[in-house]
Amino acid sequence: MSLAIETPTRSNAGRLARRALRNTGVVVGGGLLLVIVLVAVFAPLIAHADPTAQNLAARLLPPFWMDRSVPEHFLGTDHLGRDYFARLVYGARVSLGVGLGVAAVGGLIGVTLGLFAGYFGGWVDMVISFVITTRLALPIVLVALAAVALGGASLTTLVLVLGLLLWDRFAVVTRAATQSLANRDFVAGSRAIGRAEIGVLFGEILPNLRGAVIVVATLEVANAILLEAALSFLGLGVRPPTPSWGLMIAEGRENILFDPWLIALPGSCLCVLVLAVNLLGDGLRDITGPVTR
Amino acid sequence: MLGFVVRRLTVALLVAVAVSWLSFGLIFMAGDPAIAIAGSGGSAADAAAVREAYGFDRPIVVQYLDWVTGVLGGDLGRSVYFNMPVSEIVAARVKVTLLLGFLSFALALLVAVPLGVVAAMFRNSIVDRLALGFAVLGQAIPSFWLGLMLIVVFGVWYGIVPISGTDTWRGYILPVLVLSYYAMPAMMRVTRSGMIDVLDADYVRTARAKGLPGWLVITRHALRNAVLPLISLSAVQLGVLLSGSIVIESVFAVNGMGRLAWESLLRSDLPVVQAIILILALIYVALTTLSDVINALLDPRIRGRRA
Repeated sequence: MSLAIETPTRSNAGRLARRALRNTGVVVGGGLLLVIVLVAVFAPLIAHADPTAQNLAARLLPPFWMDRSVPEHFLGTDHLGRDYFARLVYGARVSLGVGLGVAAVGGLIGVTLGLFAGYFGGWVDMVISFVITTRLALPIVLVALAAVALGGASLTTLVLVLGLLLWDRFAVVTRAATQSLANRDFVAGSRAIGRAEIGVLFGEILPNLRGAVIVVATLEVANAILLEAALSFLGLGVRPPTPSWGLMIAEGRENILFDPWLIALPGSCLCVLVLAVNLLGDGLRDITGPVTR
Repeated sequence: MLGFVVRRLTVALLVAVAVSWLSFGLIFMAGDPAIAIAGSGGSAADAAAVREAYGFDRPIVVQYLDWVTGVLGGDLGRSVYFNMPVSEIVAARVKVTLLLGFLSFALALLVAVPLGVVAAMFRNSIVDRLALGFAVLGQAIPSFWLGLMLIVVFGVWYGIVPISGTDTWRGYILPVLVLSYYAMPAMMRVTRSGMIDVLDADYVRTARAKGLPGWLVITRHALRNAVLPLISLSAVQLGVLLSGSIVIESVFAVNGMGRLAWESLLRSDLPVVQAIILILALIYVALTTLSDVINALLDPRIRGRRA
């Protein structure tokens, strides 16, 4: 249907894949992320213990490198005697789920707003740009905390609240990219053969924003993971006994004097996950070209 | 220039109004704020008493206008928990947060700019790679976790700094380090990429060709132009630091505005939360407006654009 004048098409996919495999960020970050995703998906096969099963007789057992450790809890147990390895493994599900969920909600809002602002311009652009500016002025941590506190803490509320806050970068990037595409020949051509505005917008422009949107999405996944951890740490995110890494850090804080590994382990997991997502995002930005920069 | 400033101020004013709607409206998210304030242990009579005392039974527009009139006169409402004017409570706590924010910002700037400049001058060298690695790590480490780990190492194991509170200046060391490392990576990257763009520009090559010493080319010609995006980002980062201090203040038990906001949320002291959201948002609006005006002063090309 499209006239395909200077449109980046699928023939580029192979070249892009080859470039991706030569990029350190994509290989290292993507590889790490793949491992973590697999761990999250196959959590029951990897950790045999129930992450929420308490055993007060076996509380605060140390991990394997310390004295007094036992083989069946090789990363020890927490203050309620729950297996720490199982909690860490299942915690990956919470982090990844929140990250992807928030990026999906935020992406849907941001990309839609950005498309309309960039394509129609004029007063539509003015109104949407104003909404973006207003959103940026809100202190995100405090607003999220307040919204979760008032809306009732649950995983769904958390994802919705963060998604409603983290759409601004999607909107800004989509708007700029749409503006630069709106006057290109293939868009004009599509319009000339009588395609409706909405069809042009979603049929011609949107597919060409894929790279840019994916790069922003990785950024926001990382952002959402860190925010979820911070909110859970402050007691206004994921509810116990759900194993969230941020919540585990908060619970370990009581024992910071004698058992700092309770904090060190979930925090390290967070670092590795966010690092992996960021490396992948940086790598993708480098290979997908200037539109996203 | 005057036209630019007027346009920019108008936008800022409109954003401020929108932000005031949002911070006012947020407490109605749960439905009835009277029930939220009365708490889970409160009876229907308690809720009714709160409703009457705070005038929640009036039309919402009337309540908003009443609140805004108060805010414009410096009255931010009354705290439910302390039974004191919110403005007094916030005023007692805001200084610590501002001090923490500005110290962290200054340190971040002091590290980010030289590091970014050097990284750009020696692109792909060891220094550049180390600087980028330092930045990538800073963006991946959750700041509250870094704070706790530093408390473990320097507070518990070595006992060099207090493990909580800011009674002495030593109490500021760790929170400032953590917050500045949180703000630094983005500033370093912007400085670096700005410098890389500028170093390739014709006028820098001309400056070099006419025999100007290297450091003068950097400071007088390159940095001056590379600094524009950094000014915009600085305003954003200062806002980020102030709102990010909510988490850090509770890690280090710093008695600032952020910790006050968190504690107020836990005890459903909604007027305080409302006021702090508004204050933080207005500070952000003021900072970004100021940075836009500074950028327009430095770069005539910006003045012509729509605000």
